[in-house]
Amino acid sequence: MTLNQVAFIILAVFALLGSIGVVFLKSPVRAALALVANFFTLGLVYFMLGSEMIGISQIMVYAGAIMVLFLFVIMILRSKNPEEDSSVFKDRRLVFGFLGIGAMVALIYAFVIQPTRELYGANFDRTYGTPQAIGKVFFTQYVYPFEVISVLLLLGVVGSIMLAKRKF
Amino acid sequence: MPNILIQFPMAAVFNEIPLSWFLTLSLIMFALGSLGVMIRKNPVVVFMCIELMLNAVNLSFLSFAAYPNAAVASQDPVQSAMSGQAMVMIVMAIAAAEVAVGLGIIMSIFRYRNQVDVDEMNTMRG
Repeated sequence: MTLNQVAFIILAVFALLGSIGVVFLKSPVRAALALVANFFTLGLVYFMLGSEMIGISQIMVYAGAIMVLFLFVIMILRSKNPEEDSSVFKDRRLVFGFLGIGAMVALIYAFVIQPTRELYGANFDRTYGTPQAIGKVFFTQYVYPFEVISVLLLLGVVGSIMLAKRKF
Repeated sequence: MPNILIQFPMAAVFNEIPLSWFLTLSLIMFALGSLGVMIRKNPVVVFMCIELMLNAVNLSFLSFAAYPNAAVASQDPVQSAMSGQAMVMIVMAIAAAEVAVGLGIIMSIFRYRNQVDVDEMNTMRG
């Protein structure tokens, strides 16, 4: 067990605890905070994968902006009788749990461990995660998707303003 | 491209951690997100679970980008890494737009009906 593996396992445990918290915590605010923890540790995992720009954007965009939006909406939607968020699987929790864990193990083996045995990481120049590299690829090869994204974001702005207006 | 700042000992990471670890993390996160979409009733939490699934997909994109595929010999590793990261940026932008519009829809439903529960929103049931 090398240091990198230990670091990955710690990050993965935190990310998984965060996602379990999102699914199973009753209060939406707590779920949102668990999601913040999950996004933050995912940003660190992205650093580990060598893409620093994506990691920084993950922390700023997801853990910052999107979660602030979620928390504002939760604050506005706070109702008088909170948290009757009952689970569908209340009775057969054990059966579904075992089924789900079995399916998960089978999926991990069939789709992850078995096919990726033959793959390995070669040592090439690890400067692909820099903002320069990403900017270059967005202004040369992916320039049309980039434009489409900007139009989509504009549409998102207009649409959310339209939805938030009181009268149409 | 200047190669001064980024001189992490990254090669150690890729030699010591198999790709399957990252993919396993991604798969478990995706499964938890889909479970949350199915069992939660608060639409805001359902949105959070969708975000979780999007992030799991992002993680698998980035790990496939970082580990060049030995099975595809003709693949340019730098090219594949850049494509994966471009996809992740695109997914992030789409997720931001989706969250803005979706939360706006939830807000307008709340204003119209004064409660939000995905089981009660059955007006458009077929």
